Amino acid sequence: MNLASLTIGKIRDLLTRKQVSAQELLGAHLQHIEERDKDVRAFLSLCPERALEQAQGIDARLAAGEPLPPLGGVPVAVKDVILTRGVRTTCASKILENYVAPYDATAVTRLESAGACILGKTNCDEFAMGSSTENSAYVATRNPHDLTRVPGGSSGGSAAAVAASFSTAALGSDTGGSIRQPAAFCGVVGLIGTYGRVSRFGLVAFASSLDHIGPLGRSVRDVARVLQVIAGRDPMDSTSANVPVPDYEAALDESVRGMKVGMPEEYFAGLSPEIGGNIQKGVRLLEQLGCTIVPINLPHTEYAIACYYIIATAEASSNLARYDGVRYGFRSSRYADLRDMYEKTRDGGFGAEVKRRIMLGTYVLSSGYYDAYYLKAQKVRNLIMRDFQEAFDEVDVIVTPTSPIPAFRIGERVDDPLQMYLADIYTVTADLAGIPGISVPCGNTPGHPALPVGMQLLAKHFDEARLLQVAHAFERAGGFQTN
Amino acid sequence: MSLTEQDVRYVAELAHLELTPEEIRKFLPQLDSILQYMQKLNALDTSQVEPMAQVTYPAAENPSLRSDQTQKGFAQDEALRNAPESGDGCFKVPRVIEKE
Repeated sequence: MNLASLTIGKIRDLLTRKQVSAQELLGAHLQHIEERDKDVRAFLSLCPERALEQAQGIDARLAAGEPLPPLGGVPVAVKDVILTRGVRTTCASKILENYVAPYDATAVTRLESAGACILGKTNCDEFAMGSSTENSAYVATRNPHDLTRVPGGSSGGSAAAVAASFSTAALGSDTGGSIRQPAAFCGVVGLIGTYGRVSRFGLVAFASSLDHIGPLGRSVRDVARVLQVIAGRDPMDSTSANVPVPDYEAALDESVRGMKVGMPEEYFAGLSPEIGGNIQKGVRLLEQLGCTIVPINLPHTEYAIACYYIIATAEASSNLARYDGVRYGFRSSRYADLRDMYEKTRDGGFGAEVKRRIMLGTYVLSSGYYDAYYLKAQKVRNLIMRDFQEAFDEVDVIVTPTSPIPAFRIGERVDDPLQMYLADIYTVTADLAGIPGISVPCGNTPGHPALPVGMQLLAKHFDEARLLQVAHAFERAGGFQTN
Repeated sequence: MSLTEQDVRYVAELAHLELTPEEIRKFLPQLDSILQYMQKLNALDTSQVEPMAQVTYPAAENPSLRSDQTQKGFAQDEALRNAPESGDGCFKVPRVIEKE
């Protein structure tokens, strides 16, 4: 039996029947990482001692006849923009190359309280800015399905870690699609909850009105189980919502018969055959499951990328002002005075994409341009949210492709930032509207090598349970995962 | 192209970034094309639309306020541990006040 590719349910089964110990399970994962991650490069750092301590604790509890906590012994990887106390947290940036987090993110605390073993920190685009993980200051992560291709991004290391069976689940962050798009590229499941569903305390801020922490896993049920643990109000994050967390697993097996699934015309126009064919099949599968497919319109979709990149870069330019070489991180070694120290530190510490976004954000917030760009984008954001609100008056969930393209070759798109931005078209809207979304595997492209295609489902605010229910029914009926 | 090299230098200065001449040459056409693209929002009439800063939900009154009790914070040495340069319990920066 391959211990490295089990679902949470199977891990629980093996642990409670004492067929395997948490330490053996951890050892199998660490060995697999040791052997294979030199090719994939999903991790920036590992924390085996910390994971071992947790595994020993789980084994001791089981030996004492205590019940297994919800994620007991489950190996989890954490994106390197999420703080882990005593472990290097770099955001894949040179400017934080030696930063050791002084506290844990709430999501990490909750995972460990639920028994999970944190294996290490995964690679990503620098400060989560990118769609391919090529913007990491350290290394390009490779797609486990084809090592010449990107894993997507920005949570590319987390998606690759799950796809390569380095970890059972992973935490990512999603500001414009950074969990769902790499999940689609790597053939795994990735979810963002409603804005405020999961605490962001300890998530290094990129664009605060859009940032989410969310889970990636090999099955919808696993993702539901991780979400269950990390969701809910956190006094340390004033934007975390004071809304009760339902039992996500309870509704998973309920029938989706009669569910109304909206199919937005704007998300299907001009789709390439390799993606479109799979998504169309996916829609037919939902229909076979008893869902009613309802054609809908989200008329402001074409403005979403412009709107998103104005707001995200504006917030980023403000959030990243803190990296000045004073309190933490890299400081340039040669400078004339304080101002010069700031400028040389920031020029030497940030990579090209981060600088580009700081420049864009500073521009759209600058005197004379604020109203034309930033204020305008905030208004358009409202229109995009209204589109969804009106749609959800009619339908229960919305189905779309996750990405207009499958995983592309490393280096293929780095020189054209606008083209890279445009590929985020199907994912940025959920972040702008604050609604939950999930990407589930939906077949493979016909070519060779066959590349995973992801289907996205969206639901209204705080309706994650319905999202998971439809995604689970879809996954089972499609044979994309068995658990 | 409507963005100039001078604009790029000005914005870099606002952002405390010292860009090299090569960076400025590389960024200029990229920033210009992205900003041009962003102008497509002007096609929309938003005169009757309220700006939206973030998603908010109906919630209990003052949902984010906690009781006013002291809580454990960072010790000084913990807060200084990641500083590139520190001393006497402070973050150290290049001199900003001239000596008499």
